[in-house]
Amino acid sequence: MNVLNFVNAFFSDSAHWHGYDGIPQRFWEHVQYSLLALAVAAAIGLPVGLLTGHTGRGGNALALIANAARALPSFGLLVLAVLLIGFGLLPVMIPLVVLAVPPILVTTYEAVRSVDPSPVDAARGMGMRESRILFQVELPVALPLVLSGLRSAAIQIVSTATIAAYVSLGGLGRYIVDGLYQRDYEKVVGGATLVAVLALLTLAVFWAAGRLAVSPGVRRR
Amino acid sequence: MIRIDSVTKRYPDGTVAVDRLSLEIPDRSITVLVGPSGCGKTTTLRMINRMVEPTEGSILLDGEDIQRRPVTALRRSMGYVIQNAGLFQHRTIVDNIATVPRMLGWGKQRARERAAELMQRVGLDTSLARRYPYQLSGGQQQRVGVARALAADPPVLLMDEPFSAVDPVVRKGLQDELLRIQEELGKTIVFVTHDIDEAIKLGTMVAVLREGGRLAQYAPPAELLSAPADGFVEDFLGADRGIRRLSFFDSAALELTTDSVVPADATADRIAAAPDPYLLVTDADGRPLGWAERDGQAGGDLAAERLLPYGRPFVPGADSLRVALDCAVLSPTGWAVAVDDGGRVTGVVSQQTIGEAIRAAHTERAAHTERSAHTGSRTHPRKDEAGVAE
Repeated sequence: MNVLNFVNAFFSDSAHWHGYDGIPQRFWEHVQYSLLALAVAAAIGLPVGLLTGHTGRGGNALALIANAARALPSFGLLVLAVLLIGFGLLPVMIPLVVLAVPPILVTTYEAVRSVDPSPVDAARGMGMRESRILFQVELPVALPLVLSGLRSAAIQIVSTATIAAYVSLGGLGRYIVDGLYQRDYEKVVGGATLVAVLALLTLAVFWAAGRLAVSPGVRRR
Repeated sequence: MIRIDSVTKRYPDGTVAVDRLSLEIPDRSITVLVGPSGCGKTTTLRMINRMVEPTEGSILLDGEDIQRRPVTALRRSMGYVIQNAGLFQHRTIVDNIATVPRMLGWGKQRARERAAELMQRVGLDTSLARRYPYQLSGGQQQRVGVARALAADPPVLLMDEPFSAVDPVVRKGLQDELLRIQEELGKTIVFVTHDIDEAIKLGTMVAVLREGGRLAQYAPPAELLSAPADGFVEDFLGADRGIRRLSFFDSAALELTTDSVVPADATADRIAAAPDPYLLVTDADGRPLGWAERDGQAGGDLAAERLLPYGRPFVPGADSLRVALDCAVLSPTGWAVAVDDGGRVTGVVSQQTIGEAIRAAHTERAAHTERSAHTGSRTHPRKDEAGVAE
């Protein structure tokens, strides 16, 4: 029960709860990095996914790019970004965004493309404009899948944002990187536990968002 | 009036979906486009609201080329009903129906009131208003589809195989409902189907299309049945078009006899006076009880005898010759029983008499057609719904 002991020791040490290296501070930093990366990835992935899904064009090219992006190692990309740009937030955001865009893009494309064509045909036939068809007919029905794409992207960002600590930024990765360096395994396990907690919280947020945003007619409940 | 003027639709790969088709679709009536799959009937329909653009030719709506109208405005002036209703599953029934009024800028309250009104019109209980489409049966969903198309009161209704995906019983209900709604609203309806029976039942005019999108015949249903233009139309109509045509003849002119209709307490003398070997026995109110053999009856209480079932009666005037003939064929004695609205016997008629009436009707109709062809007027005989509903 070594691990549980580590966890217990880490969280009961009051020194870990205060200051610039305290849990609340690191947790908040981690949340900020994650939200920023998710927002940027969504700003790229959602419009492209919605548009290609609606028109049905460019699907093959999309899958190719997305698969290529998935094959890129995040850590390698981070090192490359730092070498090219130097230290800072930007080189951290690059691998996180590259990681998160494919699931958002591909699921959104698939979600919109797989919407039953008959309501779309009906909407077009009654004189609805294309933008309205996308946002008022296709998206509400595609929403559960779109959200699941965002959710898997968010989970991957949360667990990967720990690499920010390698380039002297904060976040929960600090505990893991510093703990490994100092051979303080209590800290390593504590940091990893916090990352897991944040991932679970992310799941909860998306579950709640799904309950609120998806119509009961689509949820069928 | 919608005028389709030698319209051709050719796809880039060379397939011709519609080939120089010309049709005049009269106002306030149901025009049915019917034909086998690949005959271009759906393509033709979709060209009317510019879901498909013709390669050649033009379509005029009240004399104006539809190409000159903004596509959204054109579509909003035409109701559109498709096969699986195509409801928006994230919206409640009332909001589905209110879609077009909302697009036209109606207030939410007014649009919902209109939607509730339409639910009643298409025979939907208003308690379903807050439900979602998945909570409705296929037939109910299709009614919502019709209500949604009617919501902004468009003069034209385009219906693309709207009743094909429901079972026959529900389909018949929806067809009857459409005829009833049409009687009330008088829309210009263009209706696509692959089912010739549906076409004959609903159509004021029926356009039969053949593969490659060419018009085989354009005529009122009765004319289609009596004078198919060629072998293709004849095959498409099926083997029993003679019988089906009887749906267009009224049974009011049938000569009924009451000589063999006797009350249950008839005397022996009355029975002996009957000219036919079978007697139709009625109760004290004049309702039919069944058939009895004339010979060997003592009289007094015929209801105590073992009576043969009288089958299904018909109502002269309301039912067609087809129904009357069907009743006679089903009857064990070969005689059909005629009743009034209250179910009281007004007489009986033999298969032979019905046969004579059919021949007489044919002669009269032929003379009539000749006359109207001569004067150039086209008549659309009122259809007997109950007759075609088989």
